[in-house]
Amino acid sequence: MYYLEMNDVKKSFGDLEVLKGISLTVSEGEVVSIIGPSGSGKSTLLRIATLLETMDVGNLAYMGQYAVTMEDRHSVYAKTSQLKEIKKNFGLVFQSFNLFPHKSVLHNIIDAPIFVQKRKKAEVIEEAKELLRQMGLEDKADYYPCQLSGGQQQRIAIARALALKPKVLFFDEPTSALDPELTGEVLKVIKGLAEQKMTMVIVTHEMSFAKNISDRVIFMDKGVVAASGTPEEVFNSDNARMQEFLGKLKND
Amino acid sequence: MSFSVMLEQLAQGMCKSMLIFGLTLLFSMPLGLLVCFGRMSKNRLVSGIFGFFISVLRGTPLMLQLMVVYFFPYYLFGISIGNWRFPAIIVGFSINYAAYFAEIYRSGIEAIPKGQYEAAQILDYSKSQTFFKIVFPQVIKIILPAVTNEIITLVKDTSLAFSLAYMEMFTIAKQIAARDTTFVPYIVAALFYYIFNLLVAFVMRQFEKKLSYYN
Repeated sequence: MYYLEMNDVKKSFGDLEVLKGISLTVSEGEVVSIIGPSGSGKSTLLRIATLLETMDVGNLAYMGQYAVTMEDRHSVYAKTSQLKEIKKNFGLVFQSFNLFPHKSVLHNIIDAPIFVQKRKKAEVIEEAKELLRQMGLEDKADYYPCQLSGGQQQRIAIARALALKPKVLFFDEPTSALDPELTGEVLKVIKGLAEQKMTMVIVTHEMSFAKNISDRVIFMDKGVVAASGTPEEVFNSDNARMQEFLGKLKND
Repeated sequence: MSFSVMLEQLAQGMCKSMLIFGLTLLFSMPLGLLVCFGRMSKNRLVSGIFGFFISVLRGTPLMLQLMVVYFFPYYLFGISIGNWRFPAIIVGFSINYAAYFAEIYRSGIEAIPKGQYEAAQILDYSKSQTFFKIVFPQVIKIILPAVTNEIITLVKDTSLAFSLAYMEMFTIAKQIAARDTTFVPYIVAALFYYIFNLLVAFVMRQFEKKLSYYN
């Protein structure tokens, strides 16, 4: 059983076809990076996978449960109650963190488990503190997001996502809003998660990072998967567009 | 008439002015939120109706609206309600201020970044949880200066109740001034409004400070 399965996903915004039939499967413990130029549809794919955006055609399942099925060549979304169940399977870390500015770091992390999952407060706080330790931010529990650096905020956002214990964690360009120094500390945390066999799908522009931590790399271009496979296969492929993207053909 | 008697009469008026003030805030602030939801409804008909409601209430004088509320039971249904004067004032003020508050709320809600909603959606907050735990607390901080303005205006607007001959402070001040041909009650009234508004501004400033722990 795949943790995540999407088949033949198509999406248009008006006349612009952003995704032209993308299929993607992710198994337990797998780390999949999605790379590609801006406008290639990476982020849209991620937003569709996390149900922030709807697809026109295609299907989508988590842990074998279908959130979207195909009927008569169109996508049909499951009932709200079913979607609510399915949504428990994944988390998302945003490019711009999207922490709640009026809540302390601790409350950013514990509120969803307490209010949404109705779990016991004491237990959730314990876990949150462990997550903060894991992020190297155990002393920041009572801070507010505005008092933290971008890198720290993004690590809090990762902790917030992990607190709900998702099966699959998505990252939407998690370091694009950070300077190189801060990028490093966030990538280190993601690498740590990969070592713990967290199932992750990462949209990123950090090529060497994608190369190092991914089990599989998907190169998207103009709404299609132009190349996919192990990092070696993709980064060394003769796909012209891929080579161009990596800048190796620049001087030809 | 002695100064102390005049003060006593004015003080009674003050109490009534403050009553109008308090009750109007009490009703118009929640009502404004409902109007705001109506205005922001995705249903075009609903949002159109509320948009029209807001434009009429903002586009016509409050004094005229008070008259309409006061007299409409008689002219429309030919009935006269006993003791309708005070309720009519509260209804008129509350509806009018609800329209203004609705637009202030809307400005605040629209200032919340889309990412906040998306984060809440990913964390599985329900729609009402998203609004009351994520959006509204941030809206309060954003709209506080505008709300302060509105409250200060309300303090002064309570004097419009004189148009229905309700014995709030301004009505009384006018009566005393006419009867005794003296300017003093106006000065006392001005002082009252001014000091009351200083107090309002001070209290609101404390709220703002309380919410300044984040930006």
